[in-house]
Amino acid sequence: MLIKKAEDIRSSEITPKSVYLNRRKFLAGAAALGGVAAAAGTRLGKVLSPSQIALAGNKIANLQKSPFSTTETVTPYKDVTTYNNYYEFSTDKEGPSELAKNFRTRPWKVKIEGLVEKKQEFDIETILKMAPAEERIYRHRCVEGWSIVVPWIGFSLSELVKRANPTGKAKFVEFTTIYDPGQMPGQRRDVLEWPYVEGLRMDEAMHPLTLLCFGMYGEELPNQDGAPLRLVLPWKYGFKSAKAIVKIRFTDKQPLNTWNVAAPQEYGFYSNVNPNVDHPRWSQAKERRLGEFFKRPTLMFNGYDQVASLYSGMDLRKYF
Amino acid sequence: MLRYFKPVIFLACLSPLIWLVWRGFHSDLGANPIEAITHWTGDCTLTFLLITLSVTPLRKLTQQYWLIKLRRMFGLFAFFYGTLHLTTYVWLDKFFDVHAMLADIAKRRFITAGMIAYALMIPLALTSTQWAIRKLGGKRWQALHRLIYFSAAAGVVHYIWLVKADLRKPLEYAFVLGVLLLARAIFWFSSRAKTSAVSAVEMSKS
Repeated sequence: MLIKKAEDIRSSEITPKSVYLNRRKFLAGAAALGGVAAAAGTRLGKVLSPSQIALAGNKIANLQKSPFSTTETVTPYKDVTTYNNYYEFSTDKEGPSELAKNFRTRPWKVKIEGLVEKKQEFDIETILKMAPAEERIYRHRCVEGWSIVVPWIGFSLSELVKRANPTGKAKFVEFTTIYDPGQMPGQRRDVLEWPYVEGLRMDEAMHPLTLLCFGMYGEELPNQDGAPLRLVLPWKYGFKSAKAIVKIRFTDKQPLNTWNVAAPQEYGFYSNVNPNVDHPRWSQAKERRLGEFFKRPTLMFNGYDQVASLYSGMDLRKYF
Repeated sequence: MLRYFKPVIFLACLSPLIWLVWRGFHSDLGANPIEAITHWTGDCTLTFLLITLSVTPLRKLTQQYWLIKLRRMFGLFAFFYGTLHLTTYVWLDKFFDVHAMLADIAKRRFITAGMIAYALMIPLALTSTQWAIRKLGGKRWQALHRLIYFSAAAGVVHYIWLVKADLRKPLEYAFVLGVLLLARAIFWFSSRAKTSAVSAVEMSKS
């Protein structure tokens, strides 16, 4: 009964959020009307409040629909923006939405390193223009046993990989999250080894489902959800989808990934969603979709069967 | 005096539950209310176990011996919140799936520890009445109720084993429990030193 009530109010609470966004648009509009240059606008923003220069909330235009999208009910925006596992900010799920408010996502550059024809650095604006933005409504399953449905915005990571030009020797890709304890209070404690790193096999990285993501719910990514640039791997547990990426490195050896380093027996390199392989401390057979009372069965590869061929012949109990 | 004071304490002990229900009705339990309920009742259980365990050291330090009259209430509240915590697991997490629960208890050590912590509280709650104390006799009753040390320890271990990476909160509980148990050890040693000193004096007299 408590739960049902929760839903009623949650949807009504989205209204203040849109009011909040309108306020930002008003400010932006006022700056533009005054003929204030972008730099001056930023200064104005700083005077008003640092959070007002945050980019989250800007609409992303001309979104293409994706055949990969699910028709399942999308999780409310408020849940996806206030229930976050983002240990760089806080180990509490409610923490990042507060603590990431003033996180600076511009200027932002992404280094391309390792086994590439040419080392280079992409500016975020360059990356955003690499391919048309698509909306992809994906199921997202956390290793902790809860799940959400999110309308992400981005394009296939392969678009960026092609432009990064890896050599034939590259077998894996490693993604590094920004390390900035000044802005990320969680990094001031050794909860995990910082910076956060994640990795994919090359064929996983090139798979069309693998999303390079910079927005959700029609807008730019909120800071607490991994702005300005993150991965979304819908068939893997959430922690594989690295946030706030600043470095992409191509290698011939399987990269380490942070959670695997923290607890190798609990978090594997692959971490594909698999109801038959339990986490040592809890079952993965079921999940709680946020907003639902009863648990639902977890699907193999989180229901994304098209990736199964990537792992044919592999013992998924061993390579969990 | 205590007679008027006790209902106030009782309400104070109940306030975490009232707060939880209030938040529930105001949709303030976040995106995953069941997880919030589970964590809240778990925290309350551990907190009340530690409050119960702090009564004896506090009495000795402050000489406020009347505090003992509150200990049973604190202990029963620990059991009460523990029962709520277990209920959220049995009902809202496992939906009374006995098979899944048994598998969990056998397979997952943090569940095992939690179950032990709870099971150890049951005999204490059952023998919390005056009648039970009389029936058992003070010495035996006291020996039985030392089980609370193990229950609290199992509860803290349950929390430590549950956490993914950030051990801060469970270690706070572990620290307080450590201090409370250490206080007992110190009292025990100092009282033994006193008695042996007294007996030494008596020996020399004879």
